[in-house]
Amino acid sequence: MKTLFRNFLIVSALLGSSSIFALDKSKLEDQSQIPSTHSRINKVVYFTPPADADLQNNAFGELVRRGEAIFVNTKALAPQYVGNQMNCVNCHLDRGRLANSSPMWAAYPMYPAYRKKNNKVNTYAERLQGCFTFSMNGTPPPADSEVILALTTYSYWLSTGAPIGKALPGRGFDEPPPPKGGFDINRGKVVYEKQCQICHGSNGEGQKVGSNYVFPPLWGKDSYNWGAGMHRINTAAGFIQHNMPLGRGETLSDLESWDVAAFINMHERPQDPRLIDGDIEKTRKRFHADDGVNLYGSTIDGVLIGQGAK
Amino acid sequence: MQINLFDGLNKVIFFVCMMCSIAAFAADGESIMIHGGENPAAMPCISCHAPDGKGMPSAGFPRLSGLPAAYIEKQLYDFRLGSRQNPVMQPIAKALTDSEIIAVANAYAKRPKINVLKTPTTPPIPGSGGWIAQRGEWSKNIPECTLCHGPEGVGVGNAFPPLAGQPTLYLESQLLAWKGEVASAKNKKVSPPTRHNDPNGLMQHIAASLTDTQIKAVSEYFGSLNDSTEAFDESQHRLR
Repeated sequence: MKTLFRNFLIVSALLGSSSIFALDKSKLEDQSQIPSTHSRINKVVYFTPPADADLQNNAFGELVRRGEAIFVNTKALAPQYVGNQMNCVNCHLDRGRLANSSPMWAAYPMYPAYRKKNNKVNTYAERLQGCFTFSMNGTPPPADSEVILALTTYSYWLSTGAPIGKALPGRGFDEPPPPKGGFDINRGKVVYEKQCQICHGSNGEGQKVGSNYVFPPLWGKDSYNWGAGMHRINTAAGFIQHNMPLGRGETLSDLESWDVAAFINMHERPQDPRLIDGDIEKTRKRFHADDGVNLYGSTIDGVLIGQGAK
Repeated sequence: MQINLFDGLNKVIFFVCMMCSIAAFAADGESIMIHGGENPAAMPCISCHAPDGKGMPSAGFPRLSGLPAAYIEKQLYDFRLGSRQNPVMQPIAKALTDSEIIAVANAYAKRPKINVLKTPTTPPIPGSGGWIAQRGEWSKNIPECTLCHGPEGVGVGNAFPPLAGQPTLYLESQLLAWKGEVASAKNKKVSPPTRHNDPNGLMQHIAASLTDTQIKAVSEYFGSLNDSTEAFDESQHRLR
């Protein structure tokens, strides 16, 4: 069983890697996943978003501030669109300004863009809506809603002076390459207990002050759902390697980051809202088979993964 | 009827015993605060931490009231081990027995928690102590303090203690204890850090990356957040 499991992991890692890193031009045009820039190898100078003091005190400045407030307090200020307990700032650290934490200044200038995820050209508003559907496990705000308008204005302002349509270093999460020997969930559990549990809890449940989360839940009903980009092990590995533990980013090795990302992303979370006919296998084939490295629809130790947490 | 009465009496006896044992436990911790431990070297806590357990801001003695029991216990054990060094607290921690540590930690945990006065949410001024507290300095990989210590620094769980309600001098001394003294043009002295008990080394790097001026500013920010007389409101929502 154990060998079988390990083989499966290696196979899935290999399958995943071929789908991410194949330098096929059609794949690169797809903005569903962000290609790695390997910034740790070459010291790069990142784009600097404008300073807070540069913001004008006018109607535009007011909407930027509103967007920033929604960005960091999403659950509190846009509760009708957030189905779990996540805020934008949980994945996009430093108010969406931090390189390799999918900063807004690197995302905004890349849209409109084709995304295989929904097989069409997406506007920036649609991209934001995707976050609400998957990462926030909620309801997408209408494109002309105040929430989308404010978040778009905030992103636009952060991108002041950034080139349009040019992939900037620090974009996305700059994923480390998949480990040669495959990843290992058991090793990931050890990393989790040593490095992550103190903040995110022994069951990935996060930690609250009163009724409000300070450390976000990593799995379970209050976390991102099975359709979120973060459910991909490669994506989570990038976020973790660069940014976790808080303030001590880039101290975990690539292997540790992959292992712990796999451990986190083998746990149940809200169902993929694109679930086809209530069938996990159909949903896996359609949406997960070619979506980086992920465990949705696979079987680990006899348990089917992707049943969804309620 | 008789059986019922007997049953009732039993319940009363049981209840009285329970109350006595609870009272004895509480008296233990409370008594250590006032009279110290069995060993006379374990001096009374109140002489530095004040009778209300809220510390002495002018001398930089920290607040213990409302801190998690597990946190206080860990600090006392760390003083014993020397992973947290302090000439006053180390001998006291060594003189306290394990059961006294548990009792006094639990007694302080039952005291009122810090509840920060509600103030209108205004964005902090760039470069200020409030800025470091609420926005961090990410160019040096310093997250905002509130990201781990909770909104307004009220503390999160057992590992991230409250910063609000602590004296400015105490916060400053602890950041400097993690940082150690670095030689400069003005100060030729180099002294290594005296505090190494942060879980996963989470504080060491932050303290080392902050300048002494920033340390002072952020300590003043949290030191200035006044304790509210209202009880801690679990349902509160404080926007970042």
